[in-house]
Amino acid sequence: MRIAERRPLPVRLPRVRAGSLIPILVLLAVLLVLVAVRQPGFLAPPSLMSFLGRSTPIILLAAGQYFVIVSGEFDLSVGSLVTAQVVVAARLIDSDPSRTWPVVALLLAFGVAVGLVNGLVTTRLRVPSFISTLGMLLILVGAVYLWSDGAPKGGLSEEFRRFGRRAFEDVPALGRVPYALLVLLAVATLAVLLSRSDFGRTLAAVGGNPRTAELSGVRVWRAKTIAFVLSGLAAALAAILLGGYSGVSFQAGAGLEFAAITAVVLGGVALGGGRGSVVGAMLGALTLETLFALLNLYGVAGALKSTVQGAIILLAVAVSSVRPVSR
Amino acid sequence: MSVVAVGALLLLAGCATDEPSTASSAAASEAAGSGTGEQSKFFVQADYDRELALLDAAPTGPAGKPWEQALQPEMADTAKFKKAGPHKICFSNAGLNNPWRQVGFKTMQAEVEAQGNRIEQFVHIDAEGKDQKQIADINDLLGKGCDALIVSPNTTATLTPAVAAACEKGLPVIVFDRGVDTTCPVTFINPIGGYGFGHVAADFVSGKLKPGGKVLALRILPGVDVLETRWSAAKVAFDKAGVNVVGVEFTDGDPAKTKKIVNDYLQRYGTIDGVWMDAGAVAVAAVEAFLDAGQPVPPINGEDQLDFLQLWKDKKLTAIAPTYPTYQWRTPVIAALRILDGQQVPSPWKLPQPTITQDNLDQYADPDMPPLHYAMCGCTDLPGYPDRWK
Repeated sequence: MRIAERRPLPVRLPRVRAGSLIPILVLLAVLLVLVAVRQPGFLAPPSLMSFLGRSTPIILLAAGQYFVIVSGEFDLSVGSLVTAQVVVAARLIDSDPSRTWPVVALLLAFGVAVGLVNGLVTTRLRVPSFISTLGMLLILVGAVYLWSDGAPKGGLSEEFRRFGRRAFEDVPALGRVPYALLVLLAVATLAVLLSRSDFGRTLAAVGGNPRTAELSGVRVWRAKTIAFVLSGLAAALAAILLGGYSGVSFQAGAGLEFAAITAVVLGGVALGGGRGSVVGAMLGALTLETLFALLNLYGVAGALKSTVQGAIILLAVAVSSVRPVSR
Repeated sequence: MSVVAVGALLLLAGCATDEPSTASSAAASEAAGSGTGEQSKFFVQADYDRELALLDAAPTGPAGKPWEQALQPEMADTAKFKKAGPHKICFSNAGLNNPWRQVGFKTMQAEVEAQGNRIEQFVHIDAEGKDQKQIADINDLLGKGCDALIVSPNTTATLTPAVAAACEKGLPVIVFDRGVDTTCPVTFINPIGGYGFGHVAADFVSGKLKPGGKVLALRILPGVDVLETRWSAAKVAFDKAGVNVVGVEFTDGDPAKTKKIVNDYLQRYGTIDGVWMDAGAVAVAAVEAFLDAGQPVPPINGEDQLDFLQLWKDKKLTAIAPTYPTYQWRTPVIAALRILDGQQVPSPWKLPQPTITQDNLDQYADPDMPPLHYAMCGCTDLPGYPDRWK
């Protein structure tokens, strides 16, 4: 595949390369123009900053989901993992500021642990990830319910909440920069570096053709497990930001797994693995959020969100499967 | 000639039958213009009038113990249920799936404890918010030799046959909180009710606005009588005040969803001049959405949940908190014991429904209790206070 890429593209057919960022950038630009037409104030720095801040959790989840999907798997557990994390955090912190940092550390460890279990069950026990992470989703939902009797207890400290809620005030030119945005920049940088590292390339190779990767000496199970751990870690970060943004909620993570998968697909990452870029996945998430903002501005009911997501997934998969494979 | 006459008659008749329907559809579209939509099918004018009248009624019963008081009681005879104690009391609970029910259930357990050896056994089954489970639960309890059955139904229509079947077994059935569509229980205990709640809140919010002011109405979920009545009373008040209800949204009682909805509306309309809520659980999330957007918090109603009362005090909000008091969880236990003693009980048992206003806010905003606690629990004299509720 790499060799094919080095060949100059045929000039007569300016076809978009798989995993290219051009389609998603065009789509995002079109949506932003439409939003700006409807509400010119949207693109002003303060409103744009707060929009980016609010979109950060889903962008983080899309980045995590990218690593899993490019390696040829799915992670359906991230939504319920976010919910579980928020509920656990509220109960453990119980409005006591001094417990903030230990609980943050615990949440990150929890995210890693869930990712590790997802990865090992998928790779070592050979359970298809669709099933193993669906199982994890149900386990987490049930465990949270059991542990909390069905209603959130305790409360998050203001120290915990500020990550998702507060911002640097009075920044020149930008106005208000949410803390979440800094988290996003840091994670995005790390994700890009990671996806361009040897590990990132190995992961894509594993997703593209696990057999070939295995034969050329890659420990496929280890690469995939690390991908699940990255997704769990991203879910932990998203949970910290979302919990901070909205407080204790039983639906903090509801539907996020599908939003993340939709975003990744929208960003040009092939379901089934092998192709795509993490930047595309993150732009996909941003595009999805912009689309929802646009629907909201036009007064379209929020209930339509899942329909839109479903249509995007179906359309993206259909488009990628009719694309000629030979080059 | 006669053909023409018949034709004219038909035309006239056609006009005559057409007219009222045009008029009513015009009225309907006018109502839809204020944004409140059609009236809920749960709305009953007579009940509405009665509840609004009850808001000003003086309760009978011991002063300072609103959970034993009743408004305009009609007494029901219970001599046929008289039985020697100690008793086994069973409780089929719709769920513990929100903080209101958690506080209420703790209050009920404390009341059982306070009754000491009069209650030999207290059996509680949690239906986890599922109708089908509660139907099975009630059926199970009927085979367990209960002396009295307390039911807090999950939904009104679906649970009615199960409650009716329980009545037929001959044991006294006490329904509280949400109602059922049968009068077979010995008594139905609840505060004044949804119309009173919704009216007090909507009256306050619309009173602070000019006609045409933009109101966002946030509801938990459709189809539950206590919540439907709250909204239908608010609708009447908003239509009367001529405010512009720009949205009626369902939050599922979830803060994340609430904050998102309020944000969406702020983005769509620029400003919102008033917020009405059918329950206070997510009031804090709604207030936060305004604060985080850097906008002034408009007149809003919450409930007696402490996080809201505290925020109201700290941020000096223009607010009101009608309550659906959790002390009503004490009353079914008291009622069960009175019934088993053969004493008369009010039926229906309408409890007072106090409102927290700016004037008595300090009395209820207790910073030492947890944020999800309900101030109107009537539990300060019960065993285990305050630790049981923390």
